[in-house]
Formats: sequence, structure tokens, C-alpha cells
Amino acid sequence: MNWYILINIILPFVLAPFLFGVINRTKAFFAGRRGQPLLQLYYDLFKLFRKGSVYSVTTTWIFRIAPFAVFSSIVCVILIMPCGALVSPIGFRGDILLFIYFLAMARFFTVAAALDTGSSFEGMGASREVQFAALTEPAFILCMAALACETHSFSLSTIFSRLSFASWSGEGAVLLLVAVSLMIVLLAENSRVPVDDPNTHLELTMIHEVMVLDYSGPDLGFILYGAALKLWIIGSLVVGVALPVNTGNFFLDRFIFLGGMVLLAVIIGIIESVMARFRFLKIPQVLILASALSILALILQVRF
Amino acid sequence: MSEKNYISIHNSEAFPVKSIPIVDIDDFRETVITEIERGKRLASFFGRPLNESAVCLTAVIADDKRGCLQILSTEVEKSYQSLTPDCSQANCFEREIAEQWGIVPLGHPWFKPLRFHHSYRKEYDAWERGLDEEILPAHTDFYQVSGDEVHEVAVGPVHAGVIEPGHFRFQCSGERVFHLEIALGFQHRGIERAIISGDKSKIPHYMETLAGDTTIGHSVAYAQAMEALSGCLVSGRAQILRGIMLELERMANHVGDIGALANDVAFLPTASYCGRLRGDYLNMTAMICGNRFGRNMVRPGGVMYNLDASLISQLSRKLEEVFSDTENAIGLMWDSPSAIGRFEDTGKISREIAEELGLVGVAARACGFERDVRFDFPTGIYCFSQIPVATFSTCDVFARAYVRGLEIQRSKSFICEQLETITGDDIFTVPGDSAPDMAVVSMLEGWRGEICHFAMTGADGNLLHYKVVDPSFHNWNGLAASMRNEEVSNFPICNKSFNLSYCGHDL
Repeated sequence: MNWYILINIILPFVLAPFLFGVINRTKAFFAGRRGQPLLQLYYDLFKLFRKGSVYSVTTTWIFRIAPFAVFSSIVCVILIMPCGALVSPIGFRGDILLFIYFLAMARFFTVAAALDTGSSFEGMGASREVQFAALTEPAFILCMAALACETHSFSLSTIFSRLSFASWSGEGAVLLLVAVSLMIVLLAENSRVPVDDPNTHLELTMIHEVMVLDYSGPDLGFILYGAALKLWIIGSLVVGVALPVNTGNFFLDRFIFLGGMVLLAVIIGIIESVMARFRFLKIPQVLILASALSILALILQVRF
Repeated sequence: MSEKNYISIHNSEAFPVKSIPIVDIDDFRETVITEIERGKRLASFFGRPLNESAVCLTAVIADDKRGCLQILSTEVEKSYQSLTPDCSQANCFEREIAEQWGIVPLGHPWFKPLRFHHSYRKEYDAWERGLDEEILPAHTDFYQVSGDEVHEVAVGPVHAGVIEPGHFRFQCSGERVFHLEIALGFQHRGIERAIISGDKSKIPHYMETLAGDTTIGHSVAYAQAMEALSGCLVSGRAQILRGIMLELERMANHVGDIGALANDVAFLPTASYCGRLRGDYLNMTAMICGNRFGRNMVRPGGVMYNLDASLISQLSRKLEEVFSDTENAIGLMWDSPSAIGRFEDTGKISREIAEELGLVGVAARACGFERDVRFDFPTGIYCFSQIPVATFSTCDVFARAYVRGLEIQRSKSFICEQLETITGDDIFTVPGDSAPDMAVVSMLEGWRGEICHFAMTGADGNLLHYKVVDPSFHNWNGLAASMRNEEVSNFPICNKSFNLSYCGHDL
């Protein structure tokens, strides 16, 4: 059944941009608008990949390799990333840490390229990105630790294949805390409201968007595609924890997983519609809350 | 303080130019400074050439409590002792005078050009720049903070959004702003000069585009001035129509501003509903005069378009409908703790600083000042139908948004009342020629705040001098003050909460 594993790779590459369409449609619904087409990001990517790139003369090779470095890190993550209960193509003991550090590497290159442009806006964005990342990573690692304790495994594939609805009846509190904490991590890592606003055009308030202002053409395409894949990756962790179906029926499981992903996109859209962005001083508090929740999950898991 | 240093006049009341006392510069300084210290405001302060060498400086002081204006003037040639160290409200006015007439205010603490153009008096330049020297906007020394941890952020003049050009320099330490300096002048068109030198028939068009979002405000202020100079009486119906247009303009802009604030904190529902509703208010303006911004509506002598019974009932119906949607859209935001939390305690200006800078309009009322030309210096329909002044006391972005919300409600009741009781049928009286050697100060509460026009005729009855003060002129420094010690990421919402005009400032 080895070829089934290919699903793991095909699904994110094909469907990740679709999640953005769902989020945007949900937001449009709440704003009383029709909204952009569900496939808008596909059109955008297609358009960008056909264009040429423009480079600022102050930038160096760091700026040029960054989009590819970021994209390849994310591709590596996808290789070790299980899709719900379906095991990943590559999986080994300790791949949870590799998973987190591949994402950190993607961030490192984004930040380095932003600093490379020498723009004061991008510098501010980079500083904010790193500050908030320093607070999301502990939450992320602690979530993973709680799950590792729960399933007695240090491999993502094993963790998610061992989670089931039975775990919810047994360790519901732990999973709930982990799911909430991962959701906060998801919003922060993917620059969604209330942490960042992906639609803003105001350089002074942006975090992630401002760092990629100088990119154009295929470079921007890789960055947008990478961002969509990243949303898929962290989203599938949330869905894997919140909706751990393992019926044994391959197609039913995949179907429920995909349903979970779409539902997640709708929830993100709803969150973005009903609340305003936090002011920057409050964001660390929210991220620390995520860490606190995951510590609590870990304590509950270890103690009981 | 002797009373004869100035004359007291009323808003939109013509008076002979000769009645303005010309005092010597020391008395002038002392009078202005003392009067401002007593809680009055500098509504306008400008220079006009008397002859080859002398320039007459005239100050208009607004006494909000008594509802009268005090005017005095002095003669200077090249320089005088600056008022700004003792009276912050004179800051921009003195820089403007220096730029226009090459008169140096000695001891001015922030002596930089305001709009970046050549002096009107060829042989005088306050910064000793040559006649052929090119003067570019924002090419000046900026205030700088130095240190390892300090960084400078420059924004504009080209912005990411579709807005007017302006340059902003932030001195920051991390996310914290020590100082913001604003350099404008990119939109300087020379409107005041065009008014007095050109074709009279073009003046109403200059007024309508002086600040495009305040078309009605500036046109009415100009019309009031011209009517006072020519002794033309405007019919009641025209006054009512002007009031309705002015309040519609206020509602459209306030709704747009509240939507823009919601957009900046990523609170979607209010942002998108308000965007549509602003259009609905503009369309109501278009129902009356065919133009969404109210162009061609107001002319000296009255208004150009009338309302008939069917239009009145259409307007009332439409207003009720749009207003109830507005209440819902804005209510959503007031009910959202995350949006309110973002506005509260953001962009605070202390009452003292607001007083010192002489803020006007919404920004002043959000600091608790009951300062509203419609109430303090009423003209036209506002003499008969009062609109309660909306104030709030927290001096932050929330207060500025909330005052706007209150004003929308009050403007709505005002318009409804006027639509019900509107009488008469005459809307236009042909104004006669302006009387010679007369002057007038015409003030009006535009949606942003106090609009002040000063007009003066020469011996032939033609306009000899015209001075426009847009509310933005007073309030830009308020925006800079509100950013002190604020997070740099809060600049967009502070800016939107003031929503000042670039072209109104640059003229």
C-alpha cells in the first residue's frame, strides 16, 4: 500500500491554496460581499510564475535564494508530515524536532532576506517576526511533547496514527488544551488575525507581509505557495488532534480529514471576521497563553 | 490690557478694513499672547503686503465663550520677535508667513518651511534661498534622535494606500515612537493667490476642490464671506439647504472614517458596511444636486438646486433606511471588545496639549472641549436650529471615533427636522458688488472642524486678500503629539482618527 503514501504529498500541493479561498469566502460572507473566487490563489500563482522578477540593487544573493530556501524547507516538512492518520513518506524517531526546525529555517531565510533589503519597514517586520516566533516555538514544542507523552512516540506519523476518538474519551482535557494551543500557534505562524492582518496595506503594522514586500514574480509565487503549504501543515496538525479519525476505511478517513481542513479554514475565516487585531503589546500575552495551555496539557499527561 | 488694541466682530459680519487697529509689534505680541493664555484661540494669522517693503500681519482670535472674534494687526518689514515660544498655536502660522513673505520670526523654535515654495516677495526669503534655487517638498532638516537603539522610519510621500502625499519621519526605539515629524506641501497649488489674481468666476471651483472631501464646507464659508461683503441676504430655504448639505457631508465622512478605523484594526463587518454606507450618503448628496460631493450646489447668494415635495419624501425615506443600517454597522463595532480594546488608550493627547495646540473639530471635542462653530459662532440655519455639541473626555482614538458616531446621530435628527419644516421657495438672490475696503471673517464647522476664511476688498471692491484656514492646519500637530510614546504600529489608526486633509493644508 506504499503508493497511498503519495497522497500525503499530493494533497497539500494540490489543495493548500484552496484553503485560502475558503477563508476569503467566509470573510466575504461576513462582510456581506460575494468575495473573490475560491480558486483565486491558484490564478495568482499561475500569473506570478509566468512573470519576471525585479530585484532591488541593495540586495545580495541572500535575498535571491531566500524564496527557494523557504520553499524547500517547507517541502521537507511535507515529507515528514503525516496527513491525519496516514503515515508520512519519511518518518523516524525524533522527527517532531526536525519538523519544528525546518519551519524555523524557513523563517530564518525570510528574516535574513528582509534584513538584506535594508528597508526600515522590513527590518521592523523582521524584528517582530522573530520576537513572536520566540514565543510561539515553546508553545509548539510543548504541544508536541504532550502528544508524544500521550502516544509514547517521538515520530509524527506514529503520534497521529495512535490518536483516535478513544484518546478523546480518555485524555480529552489534554487533547483539548493541545488543540487550542495549536490553534493559537496556527494563527500566529500563518500571520492571521488577531495576530497579524494578511490584508493590510499599512507597512507600519505588518509583520509577515512587510518582509516580503520586495519580492515579485516567481519569487513571490514561491513565497505565497509556501505560505499556503505552511497553513496546510499546521492546519493538519490541528485537525489531526481535534478530529483523530482512524476507521480503517482509507477513503472515509481521507474524506473526514479533508472535511476537517475545510472546517478549519471556515473557523479561521470566522475568527478573522468577528474580531479585531490585537495591539502588538498584547500579542506576547496571547502567545504565552498558548505556552501555558500546552504546559498544562503536558502536566496533566505526565501526572495522570 | 487696553481694549482698543483690537476690534471685536462677529462671524460673517463685514467691517471696514480701516477699523482694524494697527498696533506696534510689541503690543501685538502681548495682546495675542495674553488673549490666547486666557483660553481664546488663534483662528487665523496671516500677512498681506502693504507696500514695497512693509507687510501687515493680522491675527484673528476666536473667543469661543462669548462667540466673537477679535482682530488686530501690526506692520513688519523683515523680521519680528516670534510669538511661538509663548504661544504654540502661532507655530505653523508664523512659518507660513515667513515662507510667503520672507519675514523672519526671530527666536522661532521650529523654523522650517511649511509648503516649500518661493517667497511671494521676490527679494525677501526667510531662509535666504536664491530665486533660481529649486525648492523641493520635504527637503529640510528633520529632527533626529541619536543613539544605538534608535532607528528612523520614513513613510511617504508615496503611500501603500490610495491617499494623498505626505512625508512622515518617526524616531523610534524598537516599537516605541519618540517623535513624529510631518512634512507636507506636496499638494501646494497656490489657491489663495489664484483667488485674488484670477477670474472671479473660477473662485467657486477653487473652493470646491480646495479640500475635495469638504466641498460644501469651503463653498459655504466662501459664500458667507462674499454675501457679507456685498450685503446680500440669503433666503431661509437656501440656508436650510446649505445646512442639510453640510450635515450630509459630515455624515458621509464620519461614516467613512469609522469604517476606515475598523479596517485598520482588521474588524471586517463594520469596515465593509461603512464603506458602502458612505457611498449611500454621497448618493443622497447627488440626489439633491447631481454631484456626490456637492459640487455646483453652493454659490454666493444661495444654492443652485431646490428640493420638491417628492424629493423631500424620497430623501427622508432613504435617510431613515441608511441611518438605521449605519447604527447597526457602527453598533457592531461598539459591541466588539477586541475592536474597542484596540482604540482605547491609543493615540492619547492630554487636554493641556490639545488646548495649547488649539485643536479644532472632532479632535478637540474628543478631548472634552465644547468647541463647535455651529454652536459658538452660529451662522445661517444654525442660528435657529441648534445641534447639541458632542463631546467625549478620554482624548484617545476611541473618543474620536465615538464623537463621530454621536455626530452622525445628531446630524441625522437635524436633517430630518429640516426636511420636515423646510419652507419658502426662493433659493437664490443675485449678490450685488462687494463693498470697497471691507473685510469679513467667515467661519463654519466643516466635518473636520473649524473652517475660517478671511476676505478683504480693495478700493475697487475686488478681492484684495483672501486667507483660508482649513481645520487640518491646526490639527496636524495634534496628530504628531498623539504619537509621542505610542507604538509605531498604532500610527495608522491614530492617523485615521484625525483623518486630516493634505490638500486643505497645502492649499
